[in-house]
Amino acid sequence: MFSTALTDLWYGFGVALEPHNVMWCFIGVFVGNMVGVLPGMGPLATISILLPLTFGIKPVGAILMLAGVFYGSQYGGAICSILLNLPCHPPHAVTCLDGFPLTKRGRGGAALGICVISSFVGASWGITEMIFLAPILVEVALKFGPAEICSLMLLGLLAGSTLARGSPLKGVAMTVCGLLIGIVGSDIETGTPRFTFGIPNLFDGVEIVALALGLFGIAEFMKSVNQLSEVDTKYTNVKFSDLRPTREEFRRAVPAMFRGTIIGSLCALIPGTGPTIASFISYATEKKISKTPEKFGTGMIEGVACPEASTHSSVQGDFIPTMSLGIPGDAVMALILGALMIQGIVPGPQLISEHPDIFWGLIASFWVGNIILVVLNVPMIGLWVKLLTIPYKYLYPSAMFFVAIGVYSTNNDMFEVGEVVLIGLFGYVLLLLDFHPAPILLGFVLGPRFEENFRRAMLISRGDIFVFVKHPISAVFIGLCVLLIVMQIYVRLRSPKSLPTEMALPGDHHRKVSEAAE
Amino acid sequence: MFGTLVKKRDFYAGGLMTLLGAAVTLDSTTYTLGTLTHMGPGMFPLMLGITLTIVGMLILGAAITTPLSDDEGILPEKPEWFAWGCILAGPIAFIILGEFFGLVLATFACVFIPAFGDRTATLKGSAILAAGVTFFGVLLFSYVLKIPFPLFQLGH
Repeated sequence: MFSTALTDLWYGFGVALEPHNVMWCFIGVFVGNMVGVLPGMGPLATISILLPLTFGIKPVGAILMLAGVFYGSQYGGAICSILLNLPCHPPHAVTCLDGFPLTKRGRGGAALGICVISSFVGASWGITEMIFLAPILVEVALKFGPAEICSLMLLGLLAGSTLARGSPLKGVAMTVCGLLIGIVGSDIETGTPRFTFGIPNLFDGVEIVALALGLFGIAEFMKSVNQLSEVDTKYTNVKFSDLRPTREEFRRAVPAMFRGTIIGSLCALIPGTGPTIASFISYATEKKISKTPEKFGTGMIEGVACPEASTHSSVQGDFIPTMSLGIPGDAVMALILGALMIQGIVPGPQLISEHPDIFWGLIASFWVGNIILVVLNVPMIGLWVKLLTIPYKYLYPSAMFFVAIGVYSTNNDMFEVGEVVLIGLFGYVLLLLDFHPAPILLGFVLGPRFEENFRRAMLISRGDIFVFVKHPISAVFIGLCVLLIVMQIYVRLRSPKSLPTEMALPGDHHRKVSEAAE
Repeated sequence: MFGTLVKKRDFYAGGLMTLLGAAVTLDSTTYTLGTLTHMGPGMFPLMLGITLTIVGMLILGAAITTPLSDDEGILPEKPEWFAWGCILAGPIAFIILGEFFGLVLATFACVFIPAFGDRTATLKGSAILAAGVTFFGVLLFSYVLKIPFPLFQLGH
């Protein structure tokens, strides 16, 4: 197994190191790093904006680039958190707690340096995990029948909607909405148009680009306009030479880094618990086992190293279920799967054997991308710091153009532009009602496959709805689903108050401003 | 009790989902349902519709049982009606101008109008921004990516 993995990886490097693929990878991580730094732009919006631009390039290049945006933005987000105390990206919210005090003490550069090292360690572990775990998962998953696939998808959807931010019930509601939006269009078996309101443009279904740009572009812009205050650049004067941590700092950060890595990789294996939760858990753990827990929050280097390592380890690990089972853990992964599907590639366990160039090329490109990121972040720190000062008032109007032209270019039709306006408005209403629209995308991407497999399972079992608990593997998944629901109810009954405060901490622009103002 | 209920955000959240679920449930019965063995196009939407209705009612139920908190306003403290209008008007202007006058004017309007949503926006600043985005945007999309969209045209 070890040697086959190495051979495959060698092959992957061959793909990833082709000049044009290196270029796409570079563009991806560069853009990702950039939007990670820019306050007010997230990886979701960026990937949706770039998605239409990838239609013309080969699938491998497209995926390398879009994946690069995702992990690149994690590097950039840390800069924003440490130097500005702005948790622009939810996974880095906890990094602010100790990162910013370090900055105030003049050790911001060292915090950034430790951050880059931890990120690289975390990411490397996540990638290694993927190399060995994904083929095993595939081997198991290839034996799955429709009933097993269905229950697994149900588990993925349930975990994705209840473990993410906010109220679990609202998450489930959003997932169902996503599944419903996925139904719009012609029925796969009979061709009957469903929920199309008689509009021929909708017979092919809702465009994923329009959905993503509406929810994460327009709706987010409406939420953030006039809400982001001017950033305080008092502490942002960091140069290359400042990045070097002292011996003492390094010695304290290393064990924390490894603990964070392990926690992150464990979190990645549970669908739905993405980098955000991983970083929170690892910070809490680090604080608990520390000899001086009271010092956390005053600028402990461990409090930077641990969550950053776990974020990156979990970011890379997130790709495991996405690429090997075709089941995305969060909205970003759903978008990347959507990009694969646009390229005509069917996600699922057969992906590795049918498109080894994509799978192994992607893994190899993670190494390439992470090395590029370290190179980009260390000597060029001054450039990123300057980017922090670009005001939002120039950002979002420019992004609006990319939204409009992006959805237009999906079909070269103005209909999609109208679609994105309506979805954006709907998305903003959802945001106002405290819904987090990310699970919509999850449901949307999985919906059609879920229905197809459900119908097939019913057909094979002659309409026996209990087939899902009769097959042992499927029964395990259903059992996990039940466990998840029971756990949620238990948590709610035990302490109805603590959950929302714990979960809703990051990512809220209104709150961000007030935090930044302190 | 109803008086406090209508102040709660979750009352509207749950209500919206319940209504949506009910609408889907009703609409899906207009398609062929089929049997469980041979599911028709209406069966899966029917199941989803019922699920959404139940989830919506659970959210409503949770809204009834939780005490009223002081942060229940649906709109943010300072509603940005003008800015929201500007943002939504951008793509709409893009559609209209794109159909009748071509990509250049459409792009300009699509950046220029949303830029006014910001409180500190000036006429000159927005115009410069819009002109810059138009220049680079047209360069990228028309010449590099070759999107079939005439730069200038009159009428449809």
